Amino acid sequence: MRFGIVVFPGTNCEMDTFHVLCGVMGQQVDYVWYETRDLAHYDAIVIPGGFSYGDRVRGGALARHTPVMEAIAAFAARGGLVLGICNGFQILTEAGLLPGAFRPNAHGRYRCGWSHVRVENATTPFTRACGPARVLRIPVSHGEGNYQADSDTLRALNENRQVLFRYCTPEGEVTPGANPNGSAENIAGIVNRAGNVAGLMPHPERASEEVLGSADGRLLFASMVEFLTGRVIRV
Amino acid sequence: MSELQQPWSLVGLTEAEYRRVVEVLGREPNYTELQMFGVMWSEHCAYKHSKAALRRLPTRGERVLQGPGENAGVVKIDDDLAVAFKIESHNHPSFVDPFNGAATGVGGILRDVFTMGARPVATLNSLRFGPLDDPRQRELLKGAVAGIGHYGNTVGVPCIGGEVYFDESYRGNCLVNAMCIGIVRPDRIHRGIAAGPGNALMVVGAPTGRDGIHAASLLASAEFSGEGRETDLPTVPVGDPFAEKMLMEACLELFETDAVVGIQDMGAAGLISSSAEMAARGGVGVELDVRKVPAREEGMEPWEFLLSESQERMLVCVKKGREAEVEAICRKWGVGCAVIGRVTDDGMVRVLDSGEVVAEVPARALASAPVYHPEKAEPAYLAELRAFDWSVLPEPEDWNGTLLRLLGSPNIGSRAWIYEQFDHMVQAGTVLGPGGDAGVIRLGAAVSPGAHDLTRQQSGAELPGRPGQAVPPRGIAASVDCNGRYVYLNPRRGTAIAVAEAARNCVVTGARPVAITNNCNFGNPEKPEIFWTFDEAISGMAEACEALGTPVTGGNVSFYNETSGEPIHPTPTIGMIALHENLDRLTTPGFKQAGDVILLLGETRDELGGSEYARLIHGVLAGDAPALDLAFEKRLQDAVLRAIHEGLVTAAHDVAEGGLAVALAEMAVAAGDPALGCQVSVFLGEGRVDGQIFGESQSRILVTTTREQVGRLEALLMVEQIPFRVLGDVTADGRFRLAALAPGSQSAHVYRRQELIDLPVAELARAHKEAIPRWMDE
Repeated sequence: MRFGIVVFPGTNCEMDTFHVLCGVMGQQVDYVWYETRDLAHYDAIVIPGGFSYGDRVRGGALARHTPVMEAIAAFAARGGLVLGICNGFQILTEAGLLPGAFRPNAHGRYRCGWSHVRVENATTPFTRACGPARVLRIPVSHGEGNYQADSDTLRALNENRQVLFRYCTPEGEVTPGANPNGSAENIAGIVNRAGNVAGLMPHPERASEEVLGSADGRLLFASMVEFLTGRVIRV
Repeated sequence: MSELQQPWSLVGLTEAEYRRVVEVLGREPNYTELQMFGVMWSEHCAYKHSKAALRRLPTRGERVLQGPGENAGVVKIDDDLAVAFKIESHNHPSFVDPFNGAATGVGGILRDVFTMGARPVATLNSLRFGPLDDPRQRELLKGAVAGIGHYGNTVGVPCIGGEVYFDESYRGNCLVNAMCIGIVRPDRIHRGIAAGPGNALMVVGAPTGRDGIHAASLLASAEFSGEGRETDLPTVPVGDPFAEKMLMEACLELFETDAVVGIQDMGAAGLISSSAEMAARGGVGVELDVRKVPAREEGMEPWEFLLSESQERMLVCVKKGREAEVEAICRKWGVGCAVIGRVTDDGMVRVLDSGEVVAEVPARALASAPVYHPEKAEPAYLAELRAFDWSVLPEPEDWNGTLLRLLGSPNIGSRAWIYEQFDHMVQAGTVLGPGGDAGVIRLGAAVSPGAHDLTRQQSGAELPGRPGQAVPPRGIAASVDCNGRYVYLNPRRGTAIAVAEAARNCVVTGARPVAITNNCNFGNPEKPEIFWTFDEAISGMAEACEALGTPVTGGNVSFYNETSGEPIHPTPTIGMIALHENLDRLTTPGFKQAGDVILLLGETRDELGGSEYARLIHGVLAGDAPALDLAFEKRLQDAVLRAIHEGLVTAAHDVAEGGLAVALAEMAVAAGDPALGCQVSVFLGEGRVDGQIFGESQSRILVTTTREQVGRLEALLMVEQIPFRVLGDVTADGRFRLAALAPGSQSAHVYRRQELIDLPVAELARAHKEAIPRWMDE
């Protein structure tokens, strides 16, 4: 399996993501420069976190206008797996590949720290290794992570089981206190209707080794590998 | 002609300095040249008052690859890896404009490190404000923290630690010191040097505007009047962290070519400082044309180009004929660049304006400002403070309440409100983030030294994963420390304590201290009392660095931290880095499991001088700084390192502000498990009880160990001749219990037991957590 990690000007989590996919998960990985139009070599694309274009206008608002995003739209339309993490999630919503939008955190401050998310749908290519309702300990780090969508969109997300993760307490309760940014319905991650494009605000690549405090994030990458290869990875 | 219109006062020089410029040149300088000398001979650029004293610091060591005098110091880890690090202040800009001042402070220190060829892998910061009941101080804290976060988060460098104090003395002059650590291959270290006549000088980075002109000479080298005229001061430049990120990636990629001869950040005093310093270091001259510098404003004068402090710019000396390679890399990262001149062999800094010479002075003259040996006088306040009679203060009646107040002090309680605004996990290397004694990052995992992997087309195929590694994972620990109250009471010992504590904070994680960088924040050095304090502080720093084997690899001096003649507490902040040889032995402060035994290493004396307890509870700052025996400190640290690496320690924590009771409470809170508590008994010696429970005796470390290992640990401590006491146990009842044992009147072997503190750990945790939010979250 070959993963492509997209690098925009200002992306800053690409090395972390590369390290996890390659060094921890043992996959083949390339960096994909934002001017690239050809994604034919890849089985999955990851858009990592960071500050593409310095978050000018809004997080992800400028990155969507790049050549690689056209290629990613086509790649996704062909059924390729696309995962957006943090700024990658913002870019996917700006590009219209995922519904909804982001506002600044409700408390007005940047927030970096551990969060817990509950797996809401463990049947997707991004979560199948997690197990239903499992609580994952994964850090967040963002200033604009407040996910919002209109009520129709939220209803559709719920009806179609497109919500992948909700912020929760360590015990798995979805409460206002567990919500680090004011996101609607504690939503931390979603998938598109077709099930092949996903985004989440927490950073699974920062929680894929015990030495960093948690290895729960590995389950996401393991899910993708398992979906693509049919091979179960023990994590 | 009034004083203000004299040529020297226009640019912040004294009349004597101006005469010296005339003497060096053999003529009167023209306007542009005068501006050049004004800024190059400013305190900020030239260290006129501090240079002589700083020469006393130990700067050599087997690991030191680059000592003071460069953009950053460099120490060797092994043949393939070195660490570049430096700390720098942005105090005055942060007081004028906290967000942009603090942000550009981070930008400057990141550039200092990546200029050396190193990829920044961590930052820390050291902050000082007035008390938080003052709304102005809350605004300063809020702005500075947001600014630091904005810049560091965007560039993507984790902030792994820091310190903050709130004290009256910083009310009119906050401190914002930022430290950066980078990793570099020892054969790829770059320096700020120009060499090889004919080689090109290129400006790389953002276009130049008028921002920050005179910031170095007039803002950083003078005190505030306190008359609200700060609006007349030069503007604080606005930072653009996105531009910095692109500039950083471009520079690191440039260094992978061998086209770069030397490189220097265009920081304080911008183009003139970088070009003159590069020429002076290389013993060459430079000729540059200001009209070739990409400008973002129209009609700029030559001197404005020379002095501008527009951010995110570098001056690069490029091998002749290799300019196009540099341009191609800059284009890839969207970074501007232009050839603005050449290296010459005549030793002159020659400035042209569209080909016409507008200034021509020897590079060496610009870089050789006078060195002063200012007058020194011991301040009168010291004798008075040291004579303080502690017996006038009552002992606490409510020990529970006293401990809760201390834990809720912004000087002791949780700093999470601050560090949660900093990305402390990016780069997937932070194994111990802010909130502990020191920050620790691992080496050799996600991020490698030098350029971005994508420029080297690393293939994913040959990396099979990490299990079965032969070598234990290594890391770098870092800590910034300075208790300004100790330095105020005893500049020499207080500074030695800052070095010792910074080292101790690294040691308790299991890391061996390697070297320091320092940020000397003081008042006006032209006042003999201030200069005496500075001089003493340098002596204390030198003694401690010698004793602990941690040479000084660089630093920054920030003078004139005064408002209306009121200086800050002298604050020589120490930035320590340490090498962790085996992260499998990483030790953290929190209690781990019920049944573990708690030991106190080192000796407790009745020492209330400079303590947070005396200040917070009694409103007293007096006495002397706690005693410090550097030879013992070194033995203690070595013994603790040995114990940690022999696997005998389950938790370790430095005893610092708030003393023994607070340190124990911090270990209980840091456990993160409200079910864990402790039951301890403290053997009292002579003197006050509060002085031993809340006093801040140095060279003390709390450790826990398992029941099975306690015998081995005790044996090790006895062999190393480290005095220790078994205090008690970690318990499973979630309560914090502390009793005092006083020698009985009948026999020295019979102790009187007095229960002093009994509280639920959850209550301690709440007080600790709310220390800053209760002021900041309306």
